[in-house]
Amino acid sequence: MKNRVAIVGAGMTLFRRRMLESPKELSFEATRMALDSAGLELKDIESVVSGSAPDAFDGMHMKGEYLLDGTGGIGKPNQRVYVGGGTGVFTPIGGWWNVASGMYDTCLCVAEEKMSPLHPHPQYAFWSIFDQILERPLGTTLLWIFSLEMRRYMHKYGIKEEEIASVAVKNKGNAVDHPCAQLGAKITVEDVMNSEPICWPVKRLDVSPPSDGAAAIVLASEKVAKKLTDQPVWLDGVGWTLDSTHWTNRDLAYPEYVEKAAWMAYKMAGIKKPRKEIDIAEVYDPFDYKELHHMEGLQLAGKGEAPQMAVDGVTQRDGDLPVCPSGGLLGVGNPIAAAGMMKICEVFWQLRGEAGKRQVKKDARTGLAQAWGDLMQVGTVAVMRS
Amino acid sequence: MSQKITSYPGHEITPEDVKGGKYLDVVYKFEPKYSWAAGVAISRFLAELKEGRIIARKCMNCKRILVPPRMYCEQCFRPTDEWVHIKDTGTINTYSISHVGTDARRLKTPILVAVVDLDGATPGMGILHNLGEVEPSKIKVDMKVKAVWKSPSERQGSITDIRYFKPIGAE
Repeated sequence: MKNRVAIVGAGMTLFRRRMLESPKELSFEATRMALDSAGLELKDIESVVSGSAPDAFDGMHMKGEYLLDGTGGIGKPNQRVYVGGGTGVFTPIGGWWNVASGMYDTCLCVAEEKMSPLHPHPQYAFWSIFDQILERPLGTTLLWIFSLEMRRYMHKYGIKEEEIASVAVKNKGNAVDHPCAQLGAKITVEDVMNSEPICWPVKRLDVSPPSDGAAAIVLASEKVAKKLTDQPVWLDGVGWTLDSTHWTNRDLAYPEYVEKAAWMAYKMAGIKKPRKEIDIAEVYDPFDYKELHHMEGLQLAGKGEAPQMAVDGVTQRDGDLPVCPSGGLLGVGNPIAAAGMMKICEVFWQLRGEAGKRQVKKDARTGLAQAWGDLMQVGTVAVMRS
Repeated sequence: MSQKITSYPGHEITPEDVKGGKYLDVVYKFEPKYSWAAGVAISRFLAELKEGRIIARKCMNCKRILVPPRMYCEQCFRPTDEWVHIKDTGTINTYSISHVGTDARRLKTPILVAVVDLDGATPGMGILHNLGEVEPSKIKVDMKVKAVWKSPSERQGSITDIRYFKPIGAE
């Protein structure tokens, strides 16, 4: 049987459009905070996993190796993992392998991203995710995969743009209470609807911002965790799957690869009825419709039924199933890998009752964090328990 | 962030900070050039586009007709079996009106983009392409469309040998 794995510390930096700190410095700040909150020093750490998304943002190759000083990885077994936007939740999954396997008792998991170096806009780096022969000559921009998927999702289930916009309103509103947030704001559905149509049906306020930032956690085996804290948060289920890059051959209305990843994690955690057993969920929300799309893939809503849950307030902090109580990528910001890790941190703080003004109303014992990415093809899922 | 933590690390900087010389940044431009081999399947696909035709590959095991074509079936994990010409008509699976270009700069004229499920391929086998000769507000999911080809002398063996797809009946 696999060894049980606990999260014993977490840290993060401010998320902002452009930060003064270098990638190594951002990594150090988040990692130092995670170690401090666990009551550990670097000498106590046996292995390190780092996560960072496309090297094209930084224009630096070997980013895992470059970050090493700041992630605490020098002279230790170190790996860098990468599955596009899914990286932030894949990083602790990589750490889970290290500890669950019995190889190590402690593992640092650090996710860092600086999108700001690339000009004129970080979106330019995403041009190279598209097929170089058949797609790039058409003038691709990253927004296309989202706007095309959103339109298909709306068509399949008769979903209105206003219903989708309610997610942006909720998440940006939640982020007002997050001290590291980039875009916390009290806005209305009308504000979203009246914002610039950048790639219809995607409008400006449907989208998360480009950001710089870092986030980190410390994992420990059960034996070590129980010595360190009386409030460990258990990483009881992990799952991840990928689909083909032939994204135009896929059912765009439903992320089947997310469902597969979710069931892998649920099975590991002994969860049979996710909608009843998950108390809070940090669902991946780079765009407002993605939160809904992913809730369905994660079995937290029936197909086409997530929008109504959002409109009815079920996913608010005081609702029956709080979703993105942090403020999500839409509100806290989206430094790609660090944004997914921020979600892991948020569930950790929520399950420990440390989230302050963001603390959900219900007594949350089981939480979920999910990320998604690459060419609309990867789902990464973590189930956590107090 | 935990309520136990009251100091949040990091310093935000603005473009004005950098322009004003408050902080140093170093500018570098990377201009590599690549030459991609199109591969066995896509080379044939491009050669057929030059002739004004769309070609797919068929897997005799799962019976799927695959486009873009591939020399192996990723589901059956065996070589595909034969080339099949399919039609240059299809159905709009989904579409978008893009007001931004590749580097996120705003466009004067929006690009109309769609996933078009091609007739003759297995249902759901779409390709990414542009739409033309249509008012953006008139585009609908499930609309029937047809390829508008460049003239034979203009074709280069590229996905852009099809200028765009236009609604059938929109002469």
